[in-house]
Amino acid sequence: MATEAKAHELIVSVSPHVRGKETVGRIMWTVNLSLLPAFIAAVYYFGPRAAYVTGLCILTAVLSEHIYQVSLKKKTTIGDGSAFLTGLLLGLNLPASVPFYIPIIGAVIAIVITKLLFGGLGYNIFNPALIGRAFLLISFPKLMTIWTEPTARFVALDAKTTATPLGILKEGGLSQLMQVFGDKTELYMSLLTGNRAGSLGETSVIALLIGAAILLYRGYITWHIPVSFLATVGVLAWVFGGQSGFFTGDPVIHLISGGLILGAFFMATDYVTCPTIRKGQVIFGIGCGIITMLIRLKGGFPEGVMFAILLMNCFAPLIDRGVKSKLFGAVKEQKK
Amino acid sequence: MSKAATFERGIHPEYHKELAAGQSIVQAKLPQRVVIPVSQHIGAPATPSVNIGDEVKKGQVIGSTTAFVSSPVHSSISGKVIAIADFPSATGRMVQSIVIESDGKDEAVPFKEHPDYLNLPPEEIKAIIKDAGIVGMGGAAFPTSVKLSPPKEKPIDTVIINGAECEPYLTADHRLMVERPKEVVEGLKIIMKSLGVRQGYIGIEENKPDAIEAMRSAASGESNIEVRPLEIKYPQGAEKMLIKAINGREVPSKGLPMDVGVVVQNVGTALAVYEAVRYGKPLIERVVTVTGRGIRKPANMMVRIGTLMSEVVEQCGGLVEDAVKVIAGGPMMGFAQWTLDVPVVKGTSGILVLTKDEYVSSDEYSACIRCGSCIDVCPMGLNPSMLSILSEKGFFEETKEYNIFDCFECGSCAYVCPAKRPMVQLMRLAKSQIKP
Repeated sequence: MATEAKAHELIVSVSPHVRGKETVGRIMWTVNLSLLPAFIAAVYYFGPRAAYVTGLCILTAVLSEHIYQVSLKKKTTIGDGSAFLTGLLLGLNLPASVPFYIPIIGAVIAIVITKLLFGGLGYNIFNPALIGRAFLLISFPKLMTIWTEPTARFVALDAKTTATPLGILKEGGLSQLMQVFGDKTELYMSLLTGNRAGSLGETSVIALLIGAAILLYRGYITWHIPVSFLATVGVLAWVFGGQSGFFTGDPVIHLISGGLILGAFFMATDYVTCPTIRKGQVIFGIGCGIITMLIRLKGGFPEGVMFAILLMNCFAPLIDRGVKSKLFGAVKEQKK
Repeated sequence: MSKAATFERGIHPEYHKELAAGQSIVQAKLPQRVVIPVSQHIGAPATPSVNIGDEVKKGQVIGSTTAFVSSPVHSSISGKVIAIADFPSATGRMVQSIVIESDGKDEAVPFKEHPDYLNLPPEEIKAIIKDAGIVGMGGAAFPTSVKLSPPKEKPIDTVIINGAECEPYLTADHRLMVERPKEVVEGLKIIMKSLGVRQGYIGIEENKPDAIEAMRSAASGESNIEVRPLEIKYPQGAEKMLIKAINGREVPSKGLPMDVGVVVQNVGTALAVYEAVRYGKPLIERVVTVTGRGIRKPANMMVRIGTLMSEVVEQCGGLVEDAVKVIAGGPMMGFAQWTLDVPVVKGTSGILVLTKDEYVSSDEYSACIRCGSCIDVCPMGLNPSMLSILSEKGFFEETKEYNIFDCFECGSCAYVCPAKRPMVQLMRLAKSQIKP
């Protein structure tokens, strides 16, 4: 009898003895994959330089994580796809024209300073890619705001520079935006397809929504943050965004321009840096929306999504403390 | 999905019920020797009332008790007491046990029958149930007589028979409901009678349509007993979740089912109650599901209490080559065994053997990525993510603020965790370091 057990070397471990199929790697690589349409759109509109800039970000992010961990004699975690994702997101948040050292500096800041020095995946307070971009924008304001016109061809060598739609809106108002794009339908079409100046991966709303649909379908993100974020921006744009008084703004322009779609679906939803309770995520989304519109309408920058998410990242732990999920049996207890 | 009753959140693991669901209950061979722990239940252990060398008969009390929350134990065979000592038990602890060697005759003490069992006074029913050593057979093994004796200020109006059997793989309750539905209903009637309750329910997960049908037809003559199909979801069979699904009542935080006027009993327990009250038979055997890909011939077996798992496993064709884990109970809340030389006890609902490919190592895990999956599935509405982090970092006192003591360790959080964190272990660690 005893020999039988011995022959089998039974493993003793704590329950549960079966586990679901999800892993951190599976989630991260799926998110990477869901950004593929946006990446393809970036290459389509901004040419091979888009691939070069993004690739450099990814390579630097993965390499710096590996080197950091190996040199500290830790287990390398580049296989979980999160460093790759940080690099990819940073790349998609950069203009096409940046010189080679910009992606490298940004990726090192994102991975080493923002993520690894805080303890690695799970411990970082801020979205690494966004800190990388914020650092670059503040340190290299000129280089980070040279926007090349999309060429819709695979040559982008002599691309002309222009302003982003939000930039035009900020400087010259809606009338000037109309001048540049023709009529409203053409403006909307350009914004939806991505045929406009901007960061590499933010321009094509359609491509981004395809990716977002994958994440929603797989349950890797839920509606709470994107919907509350977008709804807040839409309402505020409608109420305060017009030039002829309250309730005259065009919410659609604000919703589908700038980095809002990329930010709301792929960056504000970063697990580590957003609240964990769904109710808290709605507060987080609304906060992101308010700060975004405050910056867009009143601030010095034409775009505010990045700073909005980073500022709300600070509040995520606080929101998690304040908002709790409903305890089973809690209501009855209070009634007693 | 359907109109089947359920609770909020929970998980959908793979069930693998097909391995044993079709196997009729078979009688296990009479064991050559049994190891009967004096504590197979929650509460005070029984005291051995026999000595080494004594001849005992089947059904004879060998461990008695005077405590309220406790249960006596009986010999499950006839033979001679050969040892009284500490033996390994299925929970991993050493427990004082009485070892009896069979004389092969299987002679029983006389059982006191009650043909008019439904006319017995409640107090007598409770006394019979206590003397028969009946405890909850779903796994927790809480003495049944205690559940049937709520304090006066907690009036009970509903009895629920738990036929959810939400643990993957296990089919013992399923088979009992299919094969012995009448007796389960009679058991329920006895329990209702002992509590003076009019309304009885039998809750069964929808993946057992044959059990639902069998129980419905067995209860068809009873106007106050209703069979309720339940959504297939883990942990549907947890008492609080079951009550919520059946009549919408929410047991208060840190409270008990009796706080909402409900008593829940497992299917096997109902059968044991019937056999004890009707035929005077103490709890000396139970149905055990022997299943998993690691066992050659999965089966549902009627096993004498105290039979070593190794003997049961042998009768089911033994372990396959790459069997790596033997679990007493189901895969979500059962205990992994280091040896098969532990006895089947009153709470052993299954012996599950997992193979190498089914085994998921929990040796390596990473930091919480705060994905919130655990919060979305926790049936108690807790924040397992936060609890696990607090426990991991040693902030045990703080876990109280997050209601650690409402956790009943169902393992749903650990099941969904992509970082493969040992959630249940971290919960237990925190609970062990503080007082409620």
